[in-house]
Amino acid sequence: MHLAITTEEAVAMIPDGARVMLSGFMGVGTPDGLVRALAAAGKKDLTMIVNDAARPDTGVGPLVTAGCVRKFIGSHIGVNPVLQEKMHAGEIEVELVPQGTLVERIRAAGMGLGGVLTPTGLGTLVAEGKPTVEVEGKTYLLEPPLRADFALIAARSCDYVGNLTYMLSATNFNPIMALAGEVVIAEPEEIVPVGVIPPDAVKTPGVLVDHVIKRAA
Amino acid sequence: MKDIQIMDPKEIIARRVSLEIRPKMLVNLGIGIPTLVSDHLDESMGVFFQSENGVVGLGHRPPEGMTDRHLTDAGGSFTSAVPGASIIDSAFSFGLIRGGHLDLTVLGGLQVDAQGHLANWMIPGVFVPGMGGAMDLVTGAKKVIVAMIHSAKGKSKIVQECNLPVTSQRRVDLIVTEKAVMQPRDDGLHLLETGPGISVAEVVADTTAQLIIEGDIPEMDLSRTT
Repeated sequence: MHLAITTEEAVAMIPDGARVMLSGFMGVGTPDGLVRALAAAGKKDLTMIVNDAARPDTGVGPLVTAGCVRKFIGSHIGVNPVLQEKMHAGEIEVELVPQGTLVERIRAAGMGLGGVLTPTGLGTLVAEGKPTVEVEGKTYLLEPPLRADFALIAARSCDYVGNLTYMLSATNFNPIMALAGEVVIAEPEEIVPVGVIPPDAVKTPGVLVDHVIKRAA
Repeated sequence: MKDIQIMDPKEIIARRVSLEIRPKMLVNLGIGIPTLVSDHLDESMGVFFQSENGVVGLGHRPPEGMTDRHLTDAGGSFTSAVPGASIIDSAFSFGLIRGGHLDLTVLGGLQVDAQGHLANWMIPGVFVPGMGGAMDLVTGAKKVIVAMIHSAKGKSKIVQECNLPVTSQRRVDLIVTEKAVMQPRDDGLHLLETGPGISVAEVVADTTAQLIIEGDIPEMDLSRTT
């Protein structure tokens, strides 16, 4: 069982320089409360593992805007001009990863696999410096696992065991990232009594979740 | 159907691409012109649209006041789900894309070359949006169509060889612009059709890549589109 903690208590656990995974797709399914609180706390030198940089004021964008990020690992930064600017100025290092490769690298870390063999990226800039492996006559790129110190998860519902459900396209990276963080912190829209979420409806088992955030009063 | 003489170039492209879609296909449409393709399909075809963020069965954009912030498309815009739709996580979504389950993807491009290589994710030193799902889509979909305006700033986007970083080593299957339908094959880039009111000579003049022209080239038949 978990005692729910406040957003501020969660933010205090995350030190400067941490590797942090944040779910979301163009700001949908992102733990917005944690993002805002991390930005307000003035965290520094975070490595951010995320699908996209969203916009300067949506999704994980506020963390970029507030200067919290040293390295960005993700697939798309096209609608965040602040990140583009900081990248060109050398303030943020950007590692672009094809979206399907990104999620599989995270999954590999969470599932205890030594990497991913994918055809995606072969013959492109993405393949530079990476080993290839031949399997049954086909060539694949070997992509390493990607893990984080913290995985920050946005859930629809959560119970006090930490069981999580997600909603529609806000699901996206959440169930995968919940496997790959050393510490997993869930920010649900609501916390319900144990038993309210039927076992079949649980998308992330509570055994993976370390902390649950309660809504601000 | 509207008079083709007054048709917007984007609509010409969307209508022509719609003719490539067969009943019951699983299709991914990229942002921009590709999105317009679904406007020209009969719903009775039973086509399912997939988006990278995990919707299988995207519907039309809902009216104001009926949106749900948990239901968006790959551009982050509000969308709806058709009856029979399903939701999957990002790993499963790219499993569909990469695993050979996606029948067709339609993407925009910055450049396509005579070998059929697409470049659509960065202009070094100028603009670096990132590849998002494009590399997986081009590598994994059963069929890849590039749908784009023929030229940008007066320069042909169909070139002999891409000088922008390519998206995949895979050869795309078809290139549709408002001026032409082209197909890269082993021996080079074939001109298959011209756009409404466009002559073969005009296409050749407006295309940097060398085109292979065999026999009479028909004009796009948009009369069958809806």
